[in-house]
Amino acid sequence: MAEIKNYTINFGPQHPAAHGVLRLVLELDGEVVVRADPHIGLLHRGTEKLAETRTWVQTVPYLDRLDYVSMMCNEHAYCMAVEKLLGIEVPLRAQYIRVMMDEVMRVGNHLLNVGTHALDVGAMTMVLYTFREREDLMDVSEAVTGGRLHSNYYRPGGVYRDLPDRMPKYVENKFKNADDVRELNKAREGSLLDFLDDFTQRFPAYVDDYETLLTDNRVWKQRTVGVGVVSPERALQLGCTGPMLRGSGIEWDLRKKQPYEVYDRMDFDVPVGVNGDCYDRYLVRIEEMRQSNRIIRQCIEWLRKNPGPVITENHKVAPPSRAAMKSNMEELIHHFKLFTEGMHVPAGEVYAGIEHPKGEFGVWAVSDGANKPYRLKFRSPGFAHLAAMNEMATGHMIADVTAIIGTIDLVLGDTDR
Amino acid sequence: MSTKHEQLCQQLADVFGDKVVNPFVDNNEVKVDVAAADYLSIMSQLRDRHEFSFEQMMDLSGIDYSAYHEWSGKRFAAAVHLLSIKHNRRLRVRVFAEDEEFPVLASITQLWNCANWYEREAFDLFGMHFDGHDDLRRILTDYGFVGHPFRKDFPVSGYVEMRYDAEQKRVVYQPVTIEPREVTPRIVREDQYGKAGGRG
Repeated sequence: MAEIKNYTINFGPQHPAAHGVLRLVLELDGEVVVRADPHIGLLHRGTEKLAETRTWVQTVPYLDRLDYVSMMCNEHAYCMAVEKLLGIEVPLRAQYIRVMMDEVMRVGNHLLNVGTHALDVGAMTMVLYTFREREDLMDVSEAVTGGRLHSNYYRPGGVYRDLPDRMPKYVENKFKNADDVRELNKAREGSLLDFLDDFTQRFPAYVDDYETLLTDNRVWKQRTVGVGVVSPERALQLGCTGPMLRGSGIEWDLRKKQPYEVYDRMDFDVPVGVNGDCYDRYLVRIEEMRQSNRIIRQCIEWLRKNPGPVITENHKVAPPSRAAMKSNMEELIHHFKLFTEGMHVPAGEVYAGIEHPKGEFGVWAVSDGANKPYRLKFRSPGFAHLAAMNEMATGHMIADVTAIIGTIDLVLGDTDR
Repeated sequence: MSTKHEQLCQQLADVFGDKVVNPFVDNNEVKVDVAAADYLSIMSQLRDRHEFSFEQMMDLSGIDYSAYHEWSGKRFAAAVHLLSIKHNRRLRVRVFAEDEEFPVLASITQLWNCANWYEREAFDLFGMHFDGHDDLRRILTDYGFVGHPFRKDFPVSGYVEMRYDAEQKRVVYQPVTIEPREVTPRIVREDQYGKAGGRG
């Protein structure tokens, strides 16, 4: 009898299902995966090292480039860490804005994940629907921060500016006539909050549509049920967080268990899976979108009623207003010092973790009292999840590897840092 | 909230005695230093004893203290962030490597399997070795990379750069051609300077 040897194949770094530049060395026995060895670091930009040579505020935009799908959540963890070191309070309105934008990011992140996961396993249509809704959320991001993907919006001490009171509108051109434009601008007549409110009213029906397409879909279930099973004990051992942990049946959500900002005032539920397979994690994400929608609605209601400052008045940390800077000597000095030398953060170390859409995103910040971080460490959820890849993929067919990569919700910018 | 942290400090002191150095609450977090020799046994008790039961290792990261303002201690340390889901609390354990030339720590991969990649990362970026780790390869840097980039004596711009050589028709490495440039110098001011609300 002929001796059959295992063979290795190279998956990626340029592969449409690799979600970026992931190189996966797969050892196969026929079609069955014996060993999966992810090679990461192809997108490593040394963000933590770069941050050591930048002032505390200059680091914020780098955070957008980690997980570029839910950028504001990254900024959130970093700003929380700096605020904890400084011991400053964030105005309540800024806390509500942060919670609302975090949830907008969560919906956007899960839309991308569910859409591309389905695309990877062969359901072409999903991504068209989810990206339609993502486009609205990108418009929200653009209206609020000025950037669709790189927002640079949160600051230690609050957020950069208040929510805009009008939305950008479509204009007539040779592709869109007046009627089309009027239809497109219908939701954009009011403020940003009106636009988002309109979105949250439409959104539950969209989620129902996604569920019609996938939840009972025979092919989808064949590709995801029983694939990439992680038991609760293994999930803890492997450092899984977020939907990866909840999909395995452990009810752990930092928003509930260690509430930050105003999450303790929000009314929402935490969905938990049972079997810990790709299908359960998909269901968890779908339900999280519905719950995020609820949180956004509560935030909109509060934000409409309660105007106020959105960044701390402490000018050692946050710049004074433009008008005050132009007319007042002391404000001018503050402004100058802040933008040349930057703020000084008291010596110490702190860890701030938030419930990022992908899991727990943590920032360990060490300061020696300088105007720059001494050491920053980002604990990105994808890093631990990808490390669990070998265990999840072993014993499955090679076609299931793409399903498992999809369920990890991999963004290499976040994993490689 | 703070009583929960103080309770954990007390438990640490009760169980480990003088093996743990000064557990204390700082910025609403509990942190503790342990010696490299006791590291593995303390970690395994932190996981297994029911009053601690830290089921999850959230993060392990290296740090190089050589450029720290007025630092006199050892150079390399690893900080491990633990999370107990049962008790809903966190702990940061910091352990210094004894030798600066060849920093070695025990590997905790057997206790928490996810430590595998985190230790590889600390090895890659700081050159810290983990005794008992069976697969200590580089993880984030390029294949064939020389040096440990997150050490403080490693320049931000690195030593080599990569370009395509049209004559040789392949990618070649050459010494970096960019000049290091510091726009804002690093300054440590006197006490209370940067403290929010303090006089400036």
